[in-house]
Amino acid sequence: MSEIRNFTLNFGPQHPAAHGALRLVLELNGETVERVDPHIGLLHRATEKLAESKPYNHSIGYMDRLDYMSMMCNEHAYVRAIERLLDIEAPERAQYIRTMFDEVTRILNHLMWVASNALDLGAMSVFLWAFREREGLLDSYEAVSGARMHPTYYRPGGVYRDLPDQMPKLAESRWRKGKDLERMNRWRQGSLLDYLQAFTDDFFDRVDDYETMLTDNRIWKQRTVGIGEVSPERALQMGFTGPMLRASGIAWDLRKKQPYAKYAEVDFDIPVGSNGDCYDRYLVRIEECRQSARIIQQCIAWLRANPGPVMLQNFKIAPPTRSEMKDDMEALIHHFKLFTEGYCVPEGETYAAVEAPKGEFGCYLISDGANKPFRVHLRAPAFVHLSSMDEMARGHMLADIPAVIATQDIVLGEIDR
Amino acid sequence: MSIFSAANQALAQALNDVLGDKIGELIEHRGQLTAVIPSQHWLDVAWQLRDDPNFAFEQLIDLCGVDYLGYGDDEWETAEATGSGFSRGVDAFGPGRFSWEERPEAEEFPNRFAVVVQLLSLAHNRRLRLRCYAPVDDLPMLPSLVEVWSSVNWFEREAFDLFGIVFDGHPDLRRILTDYGFIGHPFRKDFPLIGNVTVRYDEEKERVVYEPVEIEPRVGVPRVVRRDSRYVDNRFEGREDQSA
Repeated sequence: MSEIRNFTLNFGPQHPAAHGALRLVLELNGETVERVDPHIGLLHRATEKLAESKPYNHSIGYMDRLDYMSMMCNEHAYVRAIERLLDIEAPERAQYIRTMFDEVTRILNHLMWVASNALDLGAMSVFLWAFREREGLLDSYEAVSGARMHPTYYRPGGVYRDLPDQMPKLAESRWRKGKDLERMNRWRQGSLLDYLQAFTDDFFDRVDDYETMLTDNRIWKQRTVGIGEVSPERALQMGFTGPMLRASGIAWDLRKKQPYAKYAEVDFDIPVGSNGDCYDRYLVRIEECRQSARIIQQCIAWLRANPGPVMLQNFKIAPPTRSEMKDDMEALIHHFKLFTEGYCVPEGETYAAVEAPKGEFGCYLISDGANKPFRVHLRAPAFVHLSSMDEMARGHMLADIPAVIATQDIVLGEIDR
Repeated sequence: MSIFSAANQALAQALNDVLGDKIGELIEHRGQLTAVIPSQHWLDVAWQLRDDPNFAFEQLIDLCGVDYLGYGDDEWETAEATGSGFSRGVDAFGPGRFSWEERPEAEEFPNRFAVVVQLLSLAHNRRLRLRCYAPVDDLPMLPSLVEVWSSVNWFEREAFDLFGIVFDGHPDLRRILTDYGFIGHPFRKDFPLIGNVTVRYDEEKERVVYEPVEIEPRVGVPRVVRRDSRYVDNRFEGREDQSA
């Protein structure tokens, strides 16, 4: 009788359930996974090295391209690291705007996650529904920064510009006309804040819709309950953060424990799971969507009542306005120096972390006093989560691999950097 | 021994009391503590920081390599320019400005490579940064922390891949981010930003071919270090203060 051996299976790099260019080398015994070896780096762009060759502000846009599902949160970590080394603090209004857009970003990320996770496990409608809401939030990105995916909106010392007073309306086209167009523009009659208020008011019902589709769905539960279980001890050992850690029963959230921006000022709850399986991680993320909407509404209320500057009036790090440049020689010189040379950051090192939707996104920055960083290291949550793939998937069936990949909420942009 | 801020006082005290001579140096900068650990104590200190309830650093958040070659160098003279006038020339020093053949020679440079670790204690809600310089520059080698915190596994692979720092005791020290068969350690400061090879699909050979890189190294903005009063004193407060 011939010897029966395990066989290896190549999963990806071009696979719809791999969430990007991820290659897994699976060692299978029948359909049971014995070992997983993720091969990453297919999207490696040396972001950290590129950042060393550019003035500080030029690299903000690179941050969007790391975790391209939670763009502004990445910017936030980088900008906060620079601000800490410069020893400056953004104006209060800018901090509220950052808090609000961090939460918009969290909803964007979690919607993408629930959409693609459901699709991976065979539920098509959730995908379409979640993308409908994402569309609405991407419009708010566009209104504030001009870009739907890569805003480069946060800057050291504040945010690029104040919120627009008028939310842009959709124009008539072959596909959008008549009653449909009227309905779609109904929320867009006022300012961006009015739009986000209308969106979040409606959003709680939309989250209920997703839950109706999935939470008690027999197929969904068969695919997620008891899959990829991680104990709290192992979760800590393997460096889990964010929803991955909270689903294992550890109530740890940087927004509560080490508050930054204006998180100490807003009221919200931290959902915590108990079993640490794919299903609990789903429940945690869904509840985080609701909490994010709550935070957004509190920020809207504050921002409505408190107009003010959104950028430090310090021309060494923030550009003067056009009108100031027209009649002030100093402003013109500052503008020229800022855009040709940038600003020097005092010598030192710092680590700034934010609670990104996927977990702790950190930026470790070393400055030697130059106008470019000496070393930037970006701590990507998905990088750490993916490194536990072998342990999480071992002993499961081949069909559970997409479930485990999806539950880790990985984006290869930040893993490969 | 400098004085630490109130938030870090307790941790700094505990570090000095418990670890004492195993810590080379304890620095506070911008409210964050950094402990420099000599490489022979690296593993000991890690175990103690994890298991001693005074510290209870359950999580290793991040590990990264650093290459200190060229720290503090600038490419364009600004400080003494008022006497002589600004020079037009820029020293091609930054990694974006040279090719592999013209790379700067790393001379005798003490403590060129270091590993930096960020720790997090959930129990005490505090952070600590550790830095450990590799004893030898030619073959930087440090003990692996993978037994202490398993999250360090891929971070050490990354530091090995990008900086060539070898971690003794790591179970699976392979390259992780660079291409299969890649040569060199690309994040070292003497590795050019443009790289050494380009990849393209050759229609005649009907396969992907590697060729020497053709593009010119180029970086627009020179690297400048300014140490005048604005930056040394950190007076970044407001517009009113700028005249001062």
